[in-house]
Amino acid sequence: MLGIVRQKMLEQSLKKIPPAVSVLRSYSSAAKQMTIRDALNSALDEEMSADSKVFLMGEEVGEYQGAYKITKGLLDKYGPERVLDTPITEAGFTGVAVGAAYYGVKPVVEFMTFNFSMQAIDHIINSAAKTNYMSSGQISVPIVFRGPNGAAAGVGAQHSQCYAAWYASCPGLKVLAPYSSEDARGLLKAAIRDPDPVVFLENELLYGESFPVSDEVLDSSFCLPIGKAKIERKGKDVTIAAYSKMVGYALKAAETLEKDGIDAEVINLRSMRPLDRSMINASVRKTSRLVTVEEAFPQHGVGAEICASIVEESFAYLDAPVERIAGADVPMPYAANLERMAVPQVEDIVRAAKRTCYRSVS
Amino acid sequence: MALSHLAASASRSSSLLKPLSSALSLRRSISGDNSPLTVETSVPFTSHQCEAPSRSVETNPKELLTFFRDMALMRRMEIAADSLYKAKLIRGFCHLYDGQEAVAVGMEAAITKKDCIITAYRDHCTFVSRGGTLLEVFAELMGRQAGCSKGKGGSMHFYKKDSNFYGGHGIVGAQVPLGCGLAFAQKYSKDETVTFALYGDGAANQGQLFEALNISALWDLPAILVCENNHYGMGTAEWRAAKSPAYYKRGDYVPGLKVDGMDALAVKQACKFAKEHALKNGPIILEMDTYRYHGHSMSDPGSTYRTRDEISGVRQERDPIERIRKLILSHDLATEKELKDVEKEVRKEVDDAIAQAKESPMPEPSELFTNVYAKGLGVESFGADRKEVRATLP
Repeated sequence: MLGIVRQKMLEQSLKKIPPAVSVLRSYSSAAKQMTIRDALNSALDEEMSADSKVFLMGEEVGEYQGAYKITKGLLDKYGPERVLDTPITEAGFTGVAVGAAYYGVKPVVEFMTFNFSMQAIDHIINSAAKTNYMSSGQISVPIVFRGPNGAAAGVGAQHSQCYAAWYASCPGLKVLAPYSSEDARGLLKAAIRDPDPVVFLENELLYGESFPVSDEVLDSSFCLPIGKAKIERKGKDVTIAAYSKMVGYALKAAETLEKDGIDAEVINLRSMRPLDRSMINASVRKTSRLVTVEEAFPQHGVGAEICASIVEESFAYLDAPVERIAGADVPMPYAANLERMAVPQVEDIVRAAKRTCYRSVS
Repeated sequence: MALSHLAASASRSSSLLKPLSSALSLRRSISGDNSPLTVETSVPFTSHQCEAPSRSVETNPKELLTFFRDMALMRRMEIAADSLYKAKLIRGFCHLYDGQEAVAVGMEAAITKKDCIITAYRDHCTFVSRGGTLLEVFAELMGRQAGCSKGKGGSMHFYKKDSNFYGGHGIVGAQVPLGCGLAFAQKYSKDETVTFALYGDGAANQGQLFEALNISALWDLPAILVCENNHYGMGTAEWRAAKSPAYYKRGDYVPGLKVDGMDALAVKQACKFAKEHALKNGPIILEMDTYRYHGHSMSDPGSTYRTRDEISGVRQERDPIERIRKLILSHDLATEKELKDVEKEVRKEVDDAIAQAKESPMPEPSELFTNVYAKGLGVESFGADRKEVRATLP
C-alpha cells in the first residue's frame, strides 16, 4: 500500500521538467517543500557550477538522466566532459575515478545501487580510503561515492543490502546517510567539498518524498557539518537513534509512544563515520534508555557500535538494556509478506521502546 | 649490438696521457656532452595495430653516462636492501627490481615530470627515477621519519606527488584503472601530458585492466599501459597463467608494441613513441620484455620455479647495465676505470644513505593518528584500548 503512494509521488516528481529549485510547491507562505530527488539534483548542480573540478561518473547518469533521475538535466547543462556515462564495469570506472581524484579533480561516482559497489570495493577501501594515510598526507582523495543503499521494494536479496556498517568500519572514509531534503542538500554539498573520500548512502524509497526546506537550506552556500547528528524530536524518556528511512519510522513510533505517555527523543544520525558519539551519549544520559534502529543486517552493525559506545561511555546512566531493531538476519526475500517481516516496522520500534520503559508491550 | 665505431681499446686516445689520466678524467668527470649519437636497439620493435618506431635511437654521451650511473645506483640500492632485509632492518614485504632497471631509466628519459607514472609494489627504482632520494628509500624501508611516506607506508607505498609519481600499490592490478584515472584527469585538465601505468605479466590477466582499457579507448585517454613482463607472476611462469602471452596484443583494438626491456634505449624510444601516440590517439600498450634477478620478494629464493642457469644466462647475455657499459666503452665515452669509479661512487652513496637512514628516528607515537583524513574535523580516534589511548584527528 505504501508502495502505491510512493509510486504516485515518483510519477509526480518525474513529470517535472527542469531540475533544481523550480520544483517547489509552497503549501503555505512559510514552508517550501522539496523532494529528496530535487534536493540531491540541486546540490549536484550547485557544486558543479561552483567548482569546475567537480564531475559526475556512473551508469546512465547522462543521457538516461539518471537511473533514478537524480542527475536529470545535468548532462544538458554541463556537457559530456563533466557528466560521463560509464560502461557496466564498476571495478574499472571506480578505479578510474579514484585515480582522477589522486590527480586533484573531484569525481562524484554514482553506483546504481550500493550492492554494485561490492564490485569496486577494493578501490573504495584500498585505493581511496587508505591512501592519504599510506602516503603520509601527500595524496588526498577528494571523491564522493553516492547512490541508493539498503532495501527497496520487491527487489530481492541481491539488490537490498545496506552497506553502512561495512563502509563505516573503515578508517579513512567518511560515511553519510541523509534522511530529509535538508540533509540531502547539506550533506551532499559537504561531501563534495570535503577533501576525503565520502560514501553517501541514499535511499531509493525516499527519493520521491517531500520535506519542508527553509530559505537557508535553499541557498547555494548551504552546507551541513560532517560528523554531527541531529535531534529530530526532543524527548526525555527514551532515545531512538536511526538513520535514513528509519528516521521517518522512528518519528512515527514517537507519535504512537506519545499517546502512551512515553516521550521519545529521536536522533537522526546523519553521519555513520564519524559517528556523533557525544550527541548520542548526551541524549542517553538524559533519557537513560536507548533503542537503535537500522534496516541493515543486525550482526556487527551500526546499532551494535552505538550500543558499545554507550556501554563504554554512559553505562551508569542506563536504566535498561540497549535495544536493537534491525533488518531480519536473512537474505531479503521477495514475497511481500516475508519482505515486510524482513525489515523493521513502526510497531517494532514502539515495542522496543516500551521494553526499555518496562512497559507491557501488548 | 651495433658498434658504429672501431672497437679499438677504450684507452686508445688517453694512452699518451696515461700518467695524467686520473687527474684529467676526474676533471672531465665523465658527465659527457650532448653531441648526438645514434644507436640501434638490440632487436627491432614488434607492433600490433600500429607502425613500429625506428630501431635507430637518438642519444648522446651525457644520456648514456646518466643511464649507466642511474642504473648502477638502482642496482646497488636493491642489493643493499636485500642485505638490510636479511639483517631484519626491513620488515614485511620487499620486492626488488634488480634486472629491470632499464625500464625505469629509459622511460624517464622519454618524458617529463609532468607526465604521471603509477606502478605496483616493485616501486623502489621507479621512485628514484622520479627524483626520490636514497635516504627517502632506505628510511621508508626501515620505517623511519625520513622516509618518503614518513615510515607509514613501507616498501610498497612510495609516492612523490610533486613529480607525479603516484605510487606504489599493493593490490595487483588496481594501479591500472588508477593510472587510467590519472590520464582522465590530465585530459580533463587539458594538461597535454600522459600517464604510464605499469603492471606485471601476472597482473595482465586482471579483469579491471580490461575494464580500464575499454574506458580509456572509449574516452581517448592519454594512458599508456606498460606491461613489465618479467615472465613470472610470483612463482607462476607466464605460460601457466596466460593463454596468450602476447601481452602487447591483448588490447585487441588498442595498439601495442613489444620492446626489449633490458635495452634502456629501446625503452626510451618506445616511451617517446607511446607518448606521442597517446596524446593524439588514446591508449597504447607497451610490453617490456624484462627479467628480475631476485625472487618475487625477499621471502622467495626465486630458484624453485626457475633454473639458476636461466638466471645467470640472462645476466650474461642481457644485463641492462652491461649493455650500456659496452656501448659507452665502444664509443669511447669513458674508460673502464672511469665506469668502475662511478660504481664505487654509487656504492658509497648508497652506504652513506643507509647510515643516514639508520640515524633517522621511528615516527612519534602521535603519528599513529595523523593523515587518516586530509580534514580530520576534530573527530576522535582510538587505540587498541580506547580507555587508554584516544586522539583527536587533526
